[in-house]
Amino acid sequence: MPEKPRILFCHCNYARVVPDEVKSSVLEGLCKSGQAFDAVADLCEMAARRDPALKRLAAGESPVKIAACYPRAVKWLFGGCQATLNGEHTEVVNMRELNAEDATNTVLNETLTPNLPADGSVAKVEGEKKI
Amino acid sequence: MAIAEETTLRIILYEGEGAEKLAADERSSTLLALLEKGYAVTCAGEGKVSQADESSLLVLGRFNNGKVPEAEDVNGLVSIRFRDINGHNPEEITQLVEEERESSKAAKHGDWKPWFPVIDYDRCTNCMQCLSFCLFDVYGTDDKQEIQVQNNDNCKTNCPACSRVCPEAAIMFPKYKSGPINGDVVSDGDLNREKMKIDISALLGGDVYQMLRDRSQRSRSRFSKERDSDKALGERTKCLTKLAAEADIDIPLEVLQSLPSADEIAKKAEAANAKAEAALNAQKN
Repeated sequence: MPEKPRILFCHCNYARVVPDEVKSSVLEGLCKSGQAFDAVADLCEMAARRDPALKRLAAGESPVKIAACYPRAVKWLFGGCQATLNGEHTEVVNMRELNAEDATNTVLNETLTPNLPADGSVAKVEGEKKI
Repeated sequence: MAIAEETTLRIILYEGEGAEKLAADERSSTLLALLEKGYAVTCAGEGKVSQADESSLLVLGRFNNGKVPEAEDVNGLVSIRFRDINGHNPEEITQLVEEERESSKAAKHGDWKPWFPVIDYDRCTNCMQCLSFCLFDVYGTDDKQEIQVQNNDNCKTNCPACSRVCPEAAIMFPKYKSGPINGDVVSDGDLNREKMKIDISALLGGDVYQMLRDRSQRSRSRFSKERDSDKALGERTKCLTKLAAEADIDIPLEVLQSLPSADEIAKKAEAANAKAEAALNAQKN
């Protein structure tokens, strides 16, 4: 049976880019679940300070689910601080794109779907993007 | 970088043996109050959490009979403190934690909005355009002559200009409103759009000031007797606003207004270019 992922929640404290209802739903879901988890106020702020705690949060062979924003941004917030996330064992749940229900369910679901951009990859998708 | 490299105080919300469990809504409101003050909190429960490191731990719990446990790290590396939160509401808990933070060497939060470039090294080609563009010394190179963000608190809040000059869309500002600058996937369309952007460097360092000079010349005869510093500032503001809007570069007006003088810009641009060129030459050798 696959190992249950540990959970890291980012509250994205210093900007209003993650909808409040999504953050609240995920946080409340975690608090109700009885699941152990790590929560940080703002991964960007920690990365700006090169906070050594990022290494602790990235370390270990256990699978990890990170409730935050875009996987590409999360990868390099950690990577820029020499706190490399393991691409095969990391799933980033994008609270900027998912609605409250989907984000909460994805975080609490024990199945891990790794989604960090592969190392050295230049990830592209076809078609126009919103600006 | 100027920002101190400090660690966040790690708080453990303990509900195990010897302590009372919190109701889900109490756990949630306590956690929210602590997060909003900038703390990192580990909620103990079923499953794993991140491993311990050498940072200080503050363990909060509703300990039975208010009896706070005593414990210490056998290796003497980690400082562990316990505080009882019986009878405390979330606001009182954050006050208690703040007192503990002040007495430890942990980081203080909230003094600065974390706005700074994050480099996607999967995309970055080390072309040094960002280094030669940025007038605020945000970028530098490491000892391998690879680009890195060195002075992130020099970055101008809400200004994504350097990401616009990156030909590979490799510079992200995770708190930006839209993709790919916010870290969203980069599409071919985004790359084409970036290539079509005007040369912002020229816009900021050249055209703006040339335009100001031209306008100044034209208006000198008309306003020579009534010109003052307020008028000059007004003129500059109007000109910059117009150019920024026309170019759709989304650089906050206050950033444009805080740019150094044309001469200083020229000097800074020259210095940054020299740094970039030196780094590129070193890469070739």
